[in-house]
Amino acid sequence: MFRLRADAPGATIAATIPVAVEGRIVRVPQGASAAAALLLAGLPSSRDSAVAGAARGPYCLMGVCFDCLAEIDGVANQQSCMVRARPGMRIRRQRGARPLEAE
Amino acid sequence: MTVDLAIVGAGPAGMAAAALAAELGLATLVIDAEAAPGGQIYRAVEEAAEGSPLGADYLAGRGLAAALRASAAQYRPGTTVWHIDPAAPQGAALSMIADGVSETVTARRILLATGALERPVAIPGWTLPGVMTAGAAQILLKSAGIVPDGRAVLAGQGPLLALIALQLARAGAPPALVLQTTPRRNYAAAARHLGALWPGRLEIARGAALPLGLRRHGIAVRRGVRGLRALGRDRLEAVAWAGGEVAADHLFLHEGVIPDTQISRGLELAHTWDAAQLCWRPVTDAWGGSSLPTVAVAGDAAGIAGAEAAALTGRLAALDAAARLGHLGAAERDRRAAPLRAGLRRARAIRPLLDALYRPPAAVFAPEDAVILCRCEEVTAGQIRRAVRLGAPGPNQVKAFTRCGMGPCQGRMCGPLVTALIAGERGVPVAEIGPYRPRAPYKPLTLGALAGAQFATEEASTSPR
Repeated sequence: MFRLRADAPGATIAATIPVAVEGRIVRVPQGASAAAALLLAGLPSSRDSAVAGAARGPYCLMGVCFDCLAEIDGVANQQSCMVRARPGMRIRRQRGARPLEAE
Repeated sequence: MTVDLAIVGAGPAGMAAAALAAELGLATLVIDAEAAPGGQIYRAVEEAAEGSPLGADYLAGRGLAAALRASAAQYRPGTTVWHIDPAAPQGAALSMIADGVSETVTARRILLATGALERPVAIPGWTLPGVMTAGAAQILLKSAGIVPDGRAVLAGQGPLLALIALQLARAGAPPALVLQTTPRRNYAAAARHLGALWPGRLEIARGAALPLGLRRHGIAVRRGVRGLRALGRDRLEAVAWAGGEVAADHLFLHEGVIPDTQISRGLELAHTWDAAQLCWRPVTDAWGGSSLPTVAVAGDAAGIAGAEAAALTGRLAALDAAARLGHLGAAERDRRAAPLRAGLRRARAIRPLLDALYRPPAAVFAPEDAVILCRCEEVTAGQIRRAVRLGAPGPNQVKAFTRCGMGPCQGRMCGPLVTALIAGERGVPVAEIGPYRPRAPYKPLTLGALAGAQFATEEASTSPR
């Protein structure tokens, strides 16, 4: 689990941005990524892997590993660490591979 | 759009290069995937205040970010480079994507300042939620003041590991335990580089203060740790090592950083195996010039030397770009380079000692068979070894045999390990095995973005190649 730092006076972080993680409203600080929102939401894991369906969570947070893949505002397979949280953003766990839809 | 110099990355090298290139009159474009300048080391530095738990060295990055902002260089944050054609008609064609819209620009020269990434540390259980890189913990702290809650263990080695432990402690979230993996023989190897002591005295003083800081915050440190394992069913529950185990909610791994060579290898720049830093790096001349005439590489992307050296190599590359494009005479270029080179010698002096002291233990390059190496396609070390025994001679063939490296990260995570494993299995030096050959798009992009891509004017009437 993660939390906001609360150290020196004046350094308290204000969580001002409301986002929906799996339908639940979570407030995150300015500068937080969607991946950070997933972590602050306290989910046990943030995606099921594409092959084995194993539980995974963000790993590198710097755009390298793709383990933070999530569904953001309805678009699957986003690197959530590379997307800044915006008010009203809807973030969901990535459940395995994205299904192919014929239109 | 046509520019003189396109810089990929806005870390210390990219920021310093951009400010100087713009000052020298070059039409300069800086493209960076992050939302704000700084790179990893100075991430969110513009937001940082005096007294930040991240420390004074971090705050030093504010000047570089301010100089970039004040310069005439065009700065494109939140933008990912997905293709570069280094031999386009008027220099290089560079395709980038932001908010789902792709655009191609022409640049007379390209400077890759793509920085470094953390070396993959494939211990058993490293794919469990709760296991992250140490850098990830620092990123959460830097970007949004987020710290781990519960029992955190930091494991591995390198200057960054103790620093992050200390930064977390200052931010009110001291880790429960630091497991240091430095093999004992590294100390003897490092002692051969005592010549670095005097020129590197500042770094050594800083480094020596770290263990003291950890002790002051009551953080337990265990040295000579071997056999690290992350334990748990669907989440990390405990961290084990040869002779010990603790319950843990977080495990942050770190065995140093390696150059991010995804684009430089994709461009087929000449690369060499750095036997001291145990990583691939592009071959560069004294100005960062690569084996391609239009492309240079600066900062940690050309070999790990730290932020101070990165800014200096960025400036050297900017001087050379200005000279090659006729904005600066060769004599003036050399005159301006002299103090930068002196600074670079000083900044790099400590490096051989650090490389020897924090050389990753051999186990880092030889994960057990059951360990997942390719996190994307979930291919184990054992499957890769079997592919080698079946006759796959190198990483690109192992990829075809097993799908390792074919997932969304495009081999960024498993690449160094796959090469090491093949070398071990075949009994051939790593340098002879070679790395994966990455291909564009350098990051996955949607067909929609590709279909809507706007190409440079000279290509507008034809379809993209």
